[in-house]
Amino acid sequence: MRYEAPTSVEAAIELLASGKGNARALAGGTDVLVQMQLDVIEPELLVDIKNIAELRQIEKLDDGYHFGAAVTGVELMDHEDFCSTWPGVMDGVKLIGSLQVRGRATVAGNVCNASPAADSVPALIAAGAIATIAGPNGRRDIPVEDIGIGPGNTSLVTGEILVSFFLAKARPNSGGAYLRFTPRTEMDIAVVGVGIDLTLDDDGICTHARVALGAVAEKALLVEEAAATLIGTRVDEPALDNLAAAASAACRPIDDKRGTKEYRIEVAGVLARRAATTALNRAKSAGKK
Amino acid sequence: MSKHHITTTINGDEVDFLCETSQTLLDVLRDELRLTGTKEGCATGDCGACSVTLDGVLVCSCLVLGVEAGGKKIETIEGMADGDKLHPLQRKFVEHVALQCGICTPGLLVAARSLLAKNPDPTEEEVRFGLAGNLCRCTGYQNVVEAVLDAAAEMRGA
Ligand code: FES
Ligand code: FES
Repeated sequence: MRYEAPTSVEAAIELLASGKGNARALAGGTDVLVQMQLDVIEPELLVDIKNIAELRQIEKLDDGYHFGAAVTGVELMDHEDFCSTWPGVMDGVKLIGSLQVRGRATVAGNVCNASPAADSVPALIAAGAIATIAGPNGRRDIPVEDIGIGPGNTSLVTGEILVSFFLAKARPNSGGAYLRFTPRTEMDIAVVGVGIDLTLDDDGICTHARVALGAVAEKALLVEEAAATLIGTRVDEPALDNLAAAASAACRPIDDKRGTKEYRIEVAGVLARRAATTALNRAKSAGKK
Repeated sequence: MSKHHITTTINGDEVDFLCETSQTLLDVLRDELRLTGTKEGCATGDCGACSVTLDGVLVCSCLVLGVEAGGKKIETIEGMADGDKLHPLQRKFVEHVALQCGICTPGLLVAARSLLAKNPDPTEEEVRFGLAGNLCRCTGYQNVVEAVLDAAAEMRGA
């Protein structure tokens, strides 16, 4: 097995494209190394993308936040302004593996590993995150919900890598939250995860919402019907009832050792309520700042 | 295929080693450098027995390749005591009987030192969350948490 650590996106793409499917991009390695250890994958070439400066930056520009695909969970956790600007995204990031795992793991890896239960993914989708993908045919920007297509599969083609994420400057009076259910509080895989972002107008009416569900389908779902139950309301009890029903209705989960179908469907509604309540409180306190 | 020649700093000493691409930092520490204080529990990032710091960041050495360690500063359990003088965390682990079989202990100590470097005065809850990536099948964690809190107090001079 060869190991290369290019210092430009172009060189990384060339290496990955030349590997004809037997090359793997290596960022934090917290999934790639495990899959190699378990013989799930046997790549001939590892392309370490951590030495590419563009992929390591966290930048606040006029249009919003940009952060590179090789930025680790701990680097985001240590970035105070990012954490206070995007608490809902960080709810998800802080749940990736253990502290040790987040010392290496990247959000881009969490997205590209394409586990339907990945904790940062519904949080990013709810926040409207856009990913820049680079490949042999240039660059393209796609919403995060268009990356995962099924367990372990993404819409990226051979030679393409995720370069960075973009989170547009949050509207005033906005808040987000991600909640998951797991039997243990730490070091566990989501049975259900819910990410919600919402925006209020000056009268406290919800003008914009995004709702994303994890671990209840083959990929994380953006659920427009659930968001629609919040828009135009004060996110009060009747709205939360409708939200819970819409979230449950969107689930198409599997039965597995972590939870049955019925259970996941029920819990999705409960968590959606709670996540919306936290997002609402954050939107209100963002408005007071 | 030829091996990679890697230069790193381990516990303050410059160290050279040769490794295959597939060897993890944990494999290198234990099998090539004979630094066997770092333990392997799972090799898949789940147990924390292999915890080390890499440029000051707590990581699982089973999830880092040897080739990725070039130019980095690594701290392992072997660098914790000062000669015969135990680190306060080590002493408190002994005093509080915070171990039974001991396989998790080096990882817990490295993780606890990293936690206290960031947060010298943690609450019990912060210690429990801070060490959540380190599994121990023997102690039930209570004595571990007490030992870390006690060591933190001593290190603060309280
Ligand atoms: S051996 Fe590395 S986490 Fe278990
Ligand atoms: S003392 Fe045995 S696993 Fe912790």
